[in-house]
Amino acid sequence: MKKKIKNSIFYMVMFLLSLVMVFPFLWMISTSFKYDTQVFTIPIEWIPNPVNLSNYVKVWTEEPFLIFYKNTALVAVCATVGQVVISAFAAYAFAKIKFAGRNFVFGLYIATMMVPWHTIMIPQYQIISRLQLTDTHLALIMGQLASAFGIFLLRQFFLTIPDELIEAARIDGAGEIITFGRIVLPQAKPALATLIIFTFIQVWNDYMAPLIYLNTKEKYTIQLGLKFFQSEHTMQYTIIMAGTVCALIPILVVFLFFEKQITSGMIHSGLKG
Amino acid sequence: MSGLGLRINKRKLKQNLIGWGFILPSLLAFGLFMFLPILLGFWYSLTDYTGLSADYHFVGFDNYVKMFQDRYFKVSVKNNCIYAVWFSVLTMLLSLMLASLLNKLLRFRKFFRISFFMPYISSMVSVAVIWKMILNPQGGPLNSVLSGIGIDNPPQWLASTTWALYAIVIVSVWKNCGYYMMIFLAGLQNVPESLYEAAALDGAGKIQQYLRITLPLISPTIFLNLVLVTINSFQVFDLVSVMTDGGPGMSTNVLAYRIYYEGFKRMNMGYASAIAYFLFAVILVITLVQFAVQKHWVNYD
Repeated sequence: MKKKIKNSIFYMVMFLLSLVMVFPFLWMISTSFKYDTQVFTIPIEWIPNPVNLSNYVKVWTEEPFLIFYKNTALVAVCATVGQVVISAFAAYAFAKIKFAGRNFVFGLYIATMMVPWHTIMIPQYQIISRLQLTDTHLALIMGQLASAFGIFLLRQFFLTIPDELIEAARIDGAGEIITFGRIVLPQAKPALATLIIFTFIQVWNDYMAPLIYLNTKEKYTIQLGLKFFQSEHTMQYTIIMAGTVCALIPILVVFLFFEKQITSGMIHSGLKG
Repeated sequence: MSGLGLRINKRKLKQNLIGWGFILPSLLAFGLFMFLPILLGFWYSLTDYTGLSADYHFVGFDNYVKMFQDRYFKVSVKNNCIYAVWFSVLTMLLSLMLASLLNKLLRFRKFFRISFFMPYISSMVSVAVIWKMILNPQGGPLNSVLSGIGIDNPPQWLASTTWALYAIVIVSVWKNCGYYMMIFLAGLQNVPESLYEAAALDGAGKIQQYLRITLPLISPTIFLNLVLVTINSFQVFDLVSVMTDGGPGMSTNVLAYRIYYEGFKRMNMGYASAIAYFLFAVILVITLVQFAVQKHWVNYD
């Protein structure tokens, strides 16, 4: 009996805390369907009456949100593919091919995890600008290609694949590329999926790189677009919240679909950022 | 005999070629976007480079000297330290508490997991935008609640030089604690149940069990989280950029914002690079100190 009471107190506390966590999201959704006059009513009118859909119409028609979406999707897909392919090749070599200098190079890569992005963003910017690539999406994609985290994550997984399997393929005369593509990669699907999801979310959410590289509004990604959108519409809470809902939805959908994979992947990979 | 040696050598050579071939794309990417920038950035920090003109000069450690006479830089260090302490302490305590509670509960786990992780997965910009409105001193929901429960002069949050930095701390803790909670949870789930049963037989109470068994056994996880949390606390930028632009006054100017501002707004890229290297050094030193001290309190058996 005493245990039951204690347990229900625990549940109550947890529910209250999770309410605090989701409150801003609920408020955002509710506000996005309101008229300006309904925003600051007390108590909060959670289900607005009347419901106002015009904020969403404005976001999609008067603002280039569709273009922001396309830009972000393009950058996120290309950066993810690039990073995962490059990382997979390198991770396989670090895990399964014995070559001179292997540990040294791997050590160098891992050491870069210690360097905050802020430390290298200025020289990176200068390199990109020397290549005449500022204000392009290619700049954002290239900036994502070197990922010590991705290589580390995939290498950990490749290490668990038994050497015998790979040796057998090699003895059968399969070249290294074939062994890698036909034997190793199919086994590594869970790790690849984890890396793909992480990278995609990270690039989709990235703000600082677009901020320093992009100048033309037509090239903005969704995060940068949202930042300027909110400064252009100061005090127009309902429209800003509708825009924020639009910016958040793709990631929340990805998250709800792959919840298990994302949370467990983040933990087992140990480090992120 | 020599034929065999030659074959082995040939095989080794082939292995080397294949290995380097596989890492070649990553070498190009790391070379161009990691290693070169790391060296170049340090070089810039020793020059008066503006970022605009190719004509710049070596100035030795002048930028580093100038830094410690620069009022704005010093304020940003102070702000960042205040932020780091509050953010680290609150995040660690809250996420450990949440994980410990969640570990005890059997039902609704998925629901809790999702709701605590949702802020973490959302972009900094969107949560910054949402919170900017929630924190609105005139009629925003937070201050309405505060006045509702009888607080007469609720803080002006982002409009106040005293509160803006703490507002950023609050949002940041809210956003990140779900992540650290999940890592703690993984650590807690590795503590064998049998230990608690044994301790209970010996008459240890719940609190004692927590202090004597749980905490020592998850100390590696605590250490991991502590390292991550402090590293992250010196990289705060997005929230500041969207919510306050470093203001009001200088009150939310932090190191990363300073680097951005000096580098891209005032076009002092040489000086900004010096601050960037200072930031790197701070993170490095703190991490090394943590690793050095860990053997006194982290329990690896």
